[in-house]
Amino acid sequence: MSGYLESVLVLLCINTVLAYGAFLPMVAGQLNLGVAAFVAIGAYSGGYLSQTYNIHPVFAALAAVVVAGFIGWLVAFPILRTRGIYLALATFALNQVVQGVILNLNVVGGASGYPVSAHIGFPVVAAFAVAVVVLMVGLFHTRFGISVTAVSDDERVADLMGLSVRGLQTAAFAMGAALAALGGALYAHHFNYIEAQNYGVLFSIYVVLYVLLGGTQTVYGPLVGAAVFTLLPELLRGSASWRYVIFACLIIAIMSLRPQGVLLRKSWFSR
Amino acid sequence: MLEQQVVNGLMLGSVYALIAVAFTLAIGVLNFLNFSLPGLFMVAGMLTWYLLRAHIAWPIAALLAIASGGLLGLLVERFTYRLMARSAHFVPLVTSMAFLILFENLVLIAWGSDLQRVPLPFQTVSWHVGSMVIAVPQLIGLACAVLAVAFLHLLLKKTRIGRGLRTIAEDAETAALLGVPVGRVVPVVFIVGGLFTAFGGFLFALNYQQASPFMGEEVALKGISAMVVGGMGNIWGAIVGGLLIGVVETFSITWFGARAVDIGVYGLLLAILFVRPTGLLGGVVRQQRM
Repeated sequence: MSGYLESVLVLLCINTVLAYGAFLPMVAGQLNLGVAAFVAIGAYSGGYLSQTYNIHPVFAALAAVVVAGFIGWLVAFPILRTRGIYLALATFALNQVVQGVILNLNVVGGASGYPVSAHIGFPVVAAFAVAVVVLMVGLFHTRFGISVTAVSDDERVADLMGLSVRGLQTAAFAMGAALAALGGALYAHHFNYIEAQNYGVLFSIYVVLYVLLGGTQTVYGPLVGAAVFTLLPELLRGSASWRYVIFACLIIAIMSLRPQGVLLRKSWFSR
Repeated sequence: MLEQQVVNGLMLGSVYALIAVAFTLAIGVLNFLNFSLPGLFMVAGMLTWYLLRAHIAWPIAALLAIASGGLLGLLVERFTYRLMARSAHFVPLVTSMAFLILFENLVLIAWGSDLQRVPLPFQTVSWHVGSMVIAVPQLIGLACAVLAVAFLHLLLKKTRIGRGLRTIAEDAETAALLGVPVGRVVPVVFIVGGLFTAFGGFLFALNYQQASPFMGEEVALKGISAMVVGGMGNIWGAIVGGLLIGVVETFSITWFGARAVDIGVYGLLLAILFVRPTGLLGGVVRQQRM
């Protein structure tokens, strides 16, 4: 396999993991514009653990998932006090603050970036991505998945039916943070170099776009969205800098023609 | 020294305030976070650079740059709000993001990715008040920003279109039932928002004498913060928030260094969202969709 193809596939795997990280809070009714903050936390804490304590990179990545999941759970409490557009903006502000803090942390190189020497190869990254997809599909067939879907369909009714809306939203937010961190840690160990400048709010918005393009109605939406977003610009590479122009036009076209996202849920009502 | 920082902050803040007005108008009336605005800001800034470099008289350059915002705003409206009625609520957000990517890359293709130096079309005159140095063109820019908002205020309060806009802000469906021509009034939000943003881009390019295809992103994020700080949907709040963010930014730079700016500005934003989500001048929180 050529190096180019491999790196595209690695990006596809990582983007899929990230897309699920944004998907989880979104199905619970939260537009999280702070995904990149957790990607950065995962990349930096994973990289720091393997770099400083010589921990095996796979275990470092798993530890990063735990760290980010915990931080996500902690910040979920104040963040989820806000609603709708205020929540989106609070997560956006969180993203900027986390990025600002990392840029000022000299232990991990600050603004000059952080080299990570331990390496995770393509097969392991792919295994992680497959595991995440399988886990998510499984999760959305459990009671938890059905409950979260109920919350996204109608928060008030879900509450009336006795579901703990707040608890589900906190869980979805924290799990999304953990997945974003996994993607970040995998990136750090595969490409061996991370820069906090990359984890700005535009990164978050891109990940959210993967999910919205694929659609939030089914659990396969993020997979499709991440695939389209990763592969389409690569396929258009022939036309050099025009590819992003074509790409943007395609998004506008897709969203005009199929505003619910590419994949739709089969429902009793639409059949 | 201290007064000078306040002056610098207010000049920077006037640019943020103009963008915040555009954001707040779209959110207040349509409940829509218009992510194409950074693109309009950038196009106006780059156009200013291009026209001034071509030795076009500066009033004409200003007019063209600002007009570009109105035109592009209208273009965005055709593909976002037009489709909003029959789509999920996040679609306009996605589409407006796509427009930002589109504008940035078109400018990139046309003029390259370099940071361009904007030539000054006139001699700068400065006033020395005590220890402060106030650049007169910047002061005129600030005055124009406040005047523009006053004008917008009158438009919203006194005219037929303004009444229509305020009705739509309450409830679009009811507005349509009461005979407000929603399809003709809504584009006004995008045109006015585009004009304000483009005016900000023009001012920024002149004041800081630089322009690049990515100049819109960071400034617009500050504009969003300014909008939240002042209270979403409140145009005077946008001015107050913009000036405040500008001053906080210049003070963060002098006290904590340039790299700590984001922590200061966005930390303030987070604190306000948690403690007083309606902003400094805002009213009651309305249930927002997105």
